[in-house]
Order: sequence, then C-alpha cells, then structure tokens
Amino acid sequence: MIKNIAQLNEKKEECFAKMTKSDAGEALTRVVVGMATCGIAAGATPVFKAIEQTIQELALSNITVTQTGCIGMCQYEPIVEITVPGEEKVTYVQMNAEKAAQVVKEHLANGKPVADYTVSAATE
Amino acid sequence: MAEQKTTAIKPLNKMNFYKKQQRLALRNCGVIDPESIDEYIAVDGYQALAKALTGLKPEDVIQIIKDSGLRGRGGGGFPTGLKWDFTARNSADQKYVVCNADEGDPGAFMDRSVLEGDPHCIVEAMALCGYATGATEGYIYVRAEYPVAVKRLEIAIAQAKEYGFLGKNIFESGFDFDLHIRLGAGAFVCGEETALMTSIEGNRGEPRPRPPYPAVKGLFGKPTTENNVETFANVPQIILKGAGFFAAMGTEKSKGTKVFALGGKINNTGLVEIPMGTTLREIIEEIGGGIPGGKKFKAAQTGGPSGGCIPVSLIDTPIDYDNLTAIGCMMGSGGLIVMDEDNCMVDIAKFFLDFTVDESCGKCSPCRIGTKRMQEMLEKIIEGKATMQDLEKLEELAHYIKENSLCGLGQTAPNPVLATMKFFKDEYIAHVVEKRCPSAQCKSLLRYVIDPEKCIGCTLCARVCPVDAITGEPKKLHVIDQEKCIKCGACMAACKRVQAISRI
Amino acid sequence: MLKKISKIPFNGTPEQEEQLRAVIEECKSDKSLLMHVMQRAQHIYGYLPFEVQAMIADGMDIPLEKVYGVSTFYAQFALSPKGKYNISVCLGTACYVKGSQEILDKICEKLGIGPDECTKDGIFSIEACRCIGACGLAPVMMINEDVYGNLKPDQIDQILAKYTD
Repeated sequence: MIKNIAQLNEKKEECFAKMTKSDAGEALTRVVVGMATCGIAAGATPVFKAIEQTIQELALSNITVTQTGCIGMCQYEPIVEITVPGEEKVTYVQMNAEKAAQVVKEHLANGKPVADYTVSAATE
Repeated sequence: MAEQKTTAIKPLNKMNFYKKQQRLALRNCGVIDPESIDEYIAVDGYQALAKALTGLKPEDVIQIIKDSGLRGRGGGGFPTGLKWDFTARNSADQKYVVCNADEGDPGAFMDRSVLEGDPHCIVEAMALCGYATGATEGYIYVRAEYPVAVKRLEIAIAQAKEYGFLGKNIFESGFDFDLHIRLGAGAFVCGEETALMTSIEGNRGEPRPRPPYPAVKGLFGKPTTENNVETFANVPQIILKGAGFFAAMGTEKSKGTKVFALGGKINNTGLVEIPMGTTLREIIEEIGGGIPGGKKFKAAQTGGPSGGCIPVSLIDTPIDYDNLTAIGCMMGSGGLIVMDEDNCMVDIAKFFLDFTVDESCGKCSPCRIGTKRMQEMLEKIIEGKATMQDLEKLEELAHYIKENSLCGLGQTAPNPVLATMKFFKDEYIAHVVEKRCPSAQCKSLLRYVIDPEKCIGCTLCARVCPVDAITGEPKKLHVIDQEKCIKCGACMAACKRVQAISRI
Repeated sequence: MLKKISKIPFNGTPEQEEQLRAVIEECKSDKSLLMHVMQRAQHIYGYLPFEVQAMIADGMDIPLEKVYGVSTFYAQFALSPKGKYNISVCLGTACYVKGSQEILDKICEKLGIGPDECTKDGIFSIEACRCIGACGLAPVMMINEDVYGNLKPDQIDQILAKYTD
C-alpha cells in the first residue's frame, strides 16, 4: 500500500530503475512490441514470441521485451521499437516472426540495425 | 566493391507522420506496458492523484480544470471544469463518476487506443474527478467489442486497488473511491450521455429527457459526472503540470490537443494527436502523406454519423470546435475519414443515414420515423427517381429532426445529409436532374460502355457476363445491352488488359 | 432493429443450466447486473433462446418482458444460434469506402444465406458488423477470431475453403 507522496516517489524511483537498469546496474536495451487490437490483428503475438525466443537462444542479456499500446501507424503493424542505451530509437515495421528473429540477431546481438525493415525504408 | 545500398535510418519523431504531432492524451501509448502499474508509476503515474489528495481542495482541482480550458472530447465540446462544478454543487448521499468508453462512431478508435495503451491514466483521472465532485464510485462503460481494452482495464483496476490508489482512505486523505466496469452490448445510442446511464442501470439504453441534467439526477437518480475517455486522459497531466501548461496549446477557445483516427483514402492511416488549430491540409498532406493513386482530395468526413464534411475549398480551416461548428461540421469524437474523387457524397450521406436508422432507439418519433423517411428520399435520389421537390423536402425534414429529437443521436443524425447538401449540392442535382452519378458509384445510375476505338473483339467480356448482356462477333466490336446489364462489373474486370470498358 | 428469432428447438444441457443458475445466484442481489447476466448466459449457450431468457427473468426476479426488451434492444444479444464459423464483415466507414459491401454480397451469394442467418448445416453464419478498429487493413472481415484484411471479392472462395475442408 502506498500511503503518501514520499512512498510514491520512492516507488517511482524503484520502478524507473527497473525499466532502465538490470539488477547489476547495467543499462537495459528496451524492446517494445505494439500490441493493441490492431497490432495483435496484424500478427504481433508471434512476433513477440519470436523475439523472446531468439533472445533466449542467443543467451542475450540486459534486454527487456515488453508489450505496449498503439504506436499509431495502423498500416505498418506489427511494429517493434528498439532503444539501445545512448542511441536513437529504431522503429521496425511490418514485422513477422522471421524478420523479428533476424532483427534480434543483427541489431541486438551484433549492434547493426536492419535498415531495410525500418519505418524510414518502408516510407521512402 | 559494388555500390552498396544504404538506407538511412530516420528516427520516428523526425518523420512527417509524427513531426506535427503532440502526444498528450496518447503520451504513454506505445511507450509503457499497459499491464504494468509499475511502468505507469515510473512515468509519473498517480502523482497527480497524490498531489490533489494531499495538497489541493476539491474546488482547487475544479478551478485548475476550468482554467486549463479543457472541453469534452466526446464531440460536444462542453467545458469539463464547468461540468464537474455542476455536480460538485449538488449535495447527495451518493454521487457517481462515469467514463463513456462506448466508442461507437464507425471509423473511430481513439478511446480504444487509450484504454489499451494507458488504462491507468483513466483510473487516475476518474479518481481525481471523484475527489473534485464528491463522488465515491465510478463506472466505466466499455463497448463489448473491445475485449483487449476490457482485460487491460480489469488488470489496471486490480493493480490500483492493491497499491491503494483505489479503495478506502486513499493517500490517507479520507477519500474513498471504487471503480466498476460495465460492458455495452452493441447499441450506438448508448454513447449518448443519458442513454449510457440507463444502460448501466440494466435497462434498454434509451435516453432520458433533460432537464434534469445528470449533474442533478444521473446514474441511479444521483448526481453524476460523465466524461469521455480522451477527456479523462488529459486530466492527470493538467493537474500535475498546471492549467497553464495545457492552455498554452491550441487555439483561443479550444485548448490542448485532439486525437483523430485518420482513415479512408489516405496514405498514412492511423492515430494522430495534434494541437487544436492544425489545418486539415496539414493533416492530409503532411501527416497523412496525401491521397493514394494520385487521386484528388474531395472532402473529409468528421464526427461520424453525427458530423459533417469539410470540402476541399475549406481545407485551410484551422480545426477546432468553433471553426468546425461555424462551417456546419462537428468535431465529433475524432473519426476523420478522407474521401477522394471516386466517393459519391450522396452515397456517403446515405451510408451514415442507414447507420442512424438502424441505431435509432425508437423512443422519440422525429428520430425513429423521420430518419427512415430521409433514408427513403435518399434512396430515390440514388436510384435517379427523385425530383427537385424531394430535395427541398429532404432538407426541411432534416431541420425538423434536428430541432425536435430527444437526444444527441437524433439531433445530429441529419448532419451528414445537411453538410453534403451544403457543399455538394451539384452532386445531388446531378443525381436528380441528369440522372447521373458524377463519381460513378451509384449502381442504378451508372452504365458500363465499351469503347469502339479500343475493343479488339476478344470475346472475353461476353464470356464472363453472367446475364448474357454482351453481344458481338469474334474480332468485331462488342456492345453491352443496358436493359439486360446488372452492373456487376465482371466485364470491366475481364477486360483489364485492353481496358476498353469503362464505367460512367 | 429487427432481429431474427430462431425456429430451431432449444436443446440446452443440464450442465449449461447449472452454470447459468450459478451466475444468477452470484448476481441476483443487484438488478442492474441484468445485462451482465445475459452476456454470460449468451457465452454459455451461444445465443439467448426464449427458454434462457425465462430462466434469467425468474432467477433475477425481473419481469420477462423487461428481459425480452433488453435482449431485443442490443445488437450483441443473439436470438438465433451462430454457425460453427461466424463471419463478420466490417461495414465501418473506412471499410465501406474501400468496398466491403461487395465482400459481404459475395459471401452471401456463395453461402446462399443472408446476413444474420446460419447455414442449414450449422457451419457458417454471416453478419455485418461495425468498425472492428482495424481500419488500416480495410476492407476487413473476421471468421471467428481470425482477421482477414485488404480483401478482394475474388479471394473469398479460397478463404472459405479453408474452413470447409
């Protein structure tokens, strides 16, 4: 139970740290998958699973994968966004399980974003 | 080494689609995990509630909302602070807060996105409203068609209870607040304020006459404040950052931002949140990326079945409540459907009227009978059987229904017809006088013809015609018998290589 | 809105009745939960035949005409059963302007039934629905939980075939 502002602020610090840093204090890479109704309808669930599975297979650490609400661009769903600490956020669009696995391997494991799958490639 | 193809990776916020957007109601959508109260807390969640309960009096909260200039985002645009004040002024043993999440306009999904992406902000805003107005119980009325939203709201409410943001003695302020979810069952009229309350009570969702207004006699006969999802979504930020922060955005009388669901004939469909006062041209050309296939923009429909349309001549109108009302349109809840030269405005008007005829609850006769008669007149027009006198009658009846219906549904039902008649009278006249549909959409009026210059006599069209309406010798000109033709379009599809058949 | 009322005889099982009685027991102290009970009853039986409405009226101590009034008012309450595969074609604005009426017509023609009807073998039922919020994929239809977007009339045969094999 949170009973006053001090406790809420304490909780806020704790939650913010949990979102951005690992238990050992290392900065976390954040992967979010747009999973509102439109994202799910476009196939976000298998994409989410593929990301989690590939991360596990490659034994990558310091990465959080989470669902989120509507990112806004319906026709580009499923959308995946990756924020590596200290770098600009990269938005991948029209993902499927295979593309997602490839992104994990190249972007998360080797640090090379897959330019062809990003929103800038799709809208050019 | 061969030339390497490189694609520059542009961040999302630098793209046209996002550049002009300002995310306030949607600030957490696409950012946090909606099923985690911890992530909401990490981005300042429940800070506004803590601030209000531990440092502000209820009248202070109302004053901040009044000063911010926030107006109802469900369509009407009524000042939110004033609405809260009315309820606060009435004393009763029990008061309620209601969140209208019965988003029924076809083509609109702003509320769904907020509920699915940031359910905790609605929980927090409703608690704030409860504190300001003296209500201790709240109801969220959600469309049953939104199972993901319902599930995430259920999770949010359970988490908020666990953390003590709902329940008894919140932040040890002595303020109690509890929330319940009620599911709609597919009745558009329930989006109307009083009909929604009747439905929560377990009845047919028919509207009630006003007065008495809900602030006096609302849910279960008690003083009630009802706001729409997007309205509530703005509240925690306003309380936390102050009225001035919000009032700095938008136009003189319409503050803040508005979320639109952009759809129809547009390259970038999706959810956009823009400051009030952005022009339609900016929305369509910059954010929306223009019309596909090089077609010409004809009009944008706003406000769904209760709204009107903005024609190309008014594309530079800054969008806010008062400007839209002035041109006979309506902000509505935020559906924005773009139409190009191929859309027939009479057909669009009829589409919305079919919707209201279907959804009229039947309680008052102007709406129940009147909209049906309007629908019949529109059918006559579309079939080329109407006279100019029918057009006059249609307009007269539309005004009568607007003035005499019991609730918002009926009062706004004629809007799509009136707006299209105002801006596209020539299209109505073409249907009536020339018996022609300028956009070649209305089936009874269109004809398929074969171009004698292009026809190579391949017989493909004659073979696919289901009613044998096409005759002609091989290698010679083919002709369509208009009497037999059922206008199915099969011949035109079959002739896709030579393209000798056109629809006029 | 006129509703199609089923002529198929009621064949509820004792298990279904037991589930419904439990729901009624849980909710009967609050009459405003009538719609909630009816929603759960529809979940149990798939639709709301007259017999089920009578059980609810009895259990909740609410006049049957009121239950009937509510069931006929809201589009979501079905008075006739749905097929094993229920097809809903979205006729929301975005889908409509992109040609969803043609999709609906094509399916009706193919199955030989109209909207809100069920095929005799109980396999398919069709309904026109309001916006399902996937306007970016317009025109859209759903077969049970599966969503099909960017539809063209000539894809219908192939899609339906997936469910008939």
